[in-house]
Amino acid sequence: MGCFAAIVRRDLLLALRQGGGGGLGVAFFLIIVTLVPLGIGPDLKLLGRIAPGLLWVALLLATLLTLDRMFHADFEDGTLDLMVIGPLALELVVVAKALAHWITTGLVLVVAAPGLGLLLNLDEGAFVPVFATMLVGTPGLNFLGAIGAGLTLGLRRGGLLIGILVLPLFVPTLIFGISAVTAAITGPAPFGPPFMILAALTLGAVALGPFAAAAAIRANLQ
Amino acid sequence: MSTMFGLANPNRFMRFSGAVLPWTGALAVLLLAGGLYWGLAVAPADHQQGETVRIMFVHVPSAWMAMFTYTFIAIASVVSLIWRHSLADVAAKAAAPIGAAFTFLALATGSLWGKPMWGAWWVWDARLTSVLVLFFLYLGYIALWQSIEEPARAGRAAAVLAIVGFVNIPIIKYSVDWWNTLHQPASVARLDGPAIHPSILYPLLTMGIAFTVLFVVLELMAMRAEVLRRRIRTMRLAEAQS
Repeated sequence: MGCFAAIVRRDLLLALRQGGGGGLGVAFFLIIVTLVPLGIGPDLKLLGRIAPGLLWVALLLATLLTLDRMFHADFEDGTLDLMVIGPLALELVVVAKALAHWITTGLVLVVAAPGLGLLLNLDEGAFVPVFATMLVGTPGLNFLGAIGAGLTLGLRRGGLLIGILVLPLFVPTLIFGISAVTAAITGPAPFGPPFMILAALTLGAVALGPFAAAAAIRANLQ
Repeated sequence: MSTMFGLANPNRFMRFSGAVLPWTGALAVLLLAGGLYWGLAVAPADHQQGETVRIMFVHVPSAWMAMFTYTFIAIASVVSLIWRHSLADVAAKAAAPIGAAFTFLALATGSLWGKPMWGAWWVWDARLTSVLVLFFLYLGYIALWQSIEEPARAGRAAAVLAIVGFVNIPIIKYSVDWWNTLHQPASVARLDGPAIHPSILYPLLTMGIAFTVLFVVLELMAMRAEVLRRRIRTMRLAEAQS
């Protein structure tokens, strides 16, 4: 089995056995979706209007919460040092770990989103666009989040700092995700262009994020 | 290039900046005083906006400096990572609070201008949102510097962050072109040349130069403080070991 596949398999197994961020992320997602209607009142029409934006924001926050576990465990026990000097390029190691992280947290959140949309009286025509935009947007979030995780290696309160560092990077994905969903629900503007830009943002993040994350890891390990 | 590496020696930098500071300080005061007088008292009031247009002479140079400072930090970060220039990450670290202050000043003066002009303290249009994101980038950058103890390691991590965040600068610049925004489109730095009358353009440019000289003064002072801070840290570590 190649190095890349071995790392992905290892991370998936660890997440499965130790409990990855997926459960925690979904729980947090659920908490936010529960708190907001309690905060703004049960008016279904209002909830239905803000549901796509709320789901996206809750997804972002849940992603932020689970980001620091991407490299933390391996940094603590020295595995990351071995990976840096190992046969596989560090950039590819980052891709493997970010991919496994997306499967165990991002994908789980995306699958949970339509169910939570029911709680928020999400428009019927919006379920597919919300699911599609999240499916396409979340890999980009995880790969950009890898940069933040790499920068905050070994910090005790790194979790809070990651949020501040990667939030500016998440903003374009959020803007175009919401733009695509709104176009699909209400009317004349087509769904295609913002969705294409969202896909482009994810592809760019997957292509370039690992380089920045690898540089950040090297900066912190020297 | 030889000048750049000539100043890499901290001692030489301290001597150079100590000699240069009084003169640049005096120049900054002169330009600011002259520019402010020209813009606030002499330049004509606007046909539609009246006297409130004068806030432009503070708002626009602040916004220019906010973006300029981030570009400065990004370039210093590249120099630090590639050439390991010893004062490059000192320069970047020192510039961050200055840039954050310019950004906050741009946002605040913009708000004060927006209330009478647009009727709102804040709107979520592309230009304002992207400048707010720039402010968060500055805060995150400063927070990262503060959270890593060892200066060299902190410098490398912060350099990566600064370079990654640089993508926001073209977004700010072109946001008024790419999206329908409430904010004024580009009137000075355009391919067709400036679209403002000289009687308002010249005081604006003077204020821009004044703010740039101000940045140089503040940056040199902050760099000197950072060099001294690192010396103190080294001395404390040496004392603790002996």
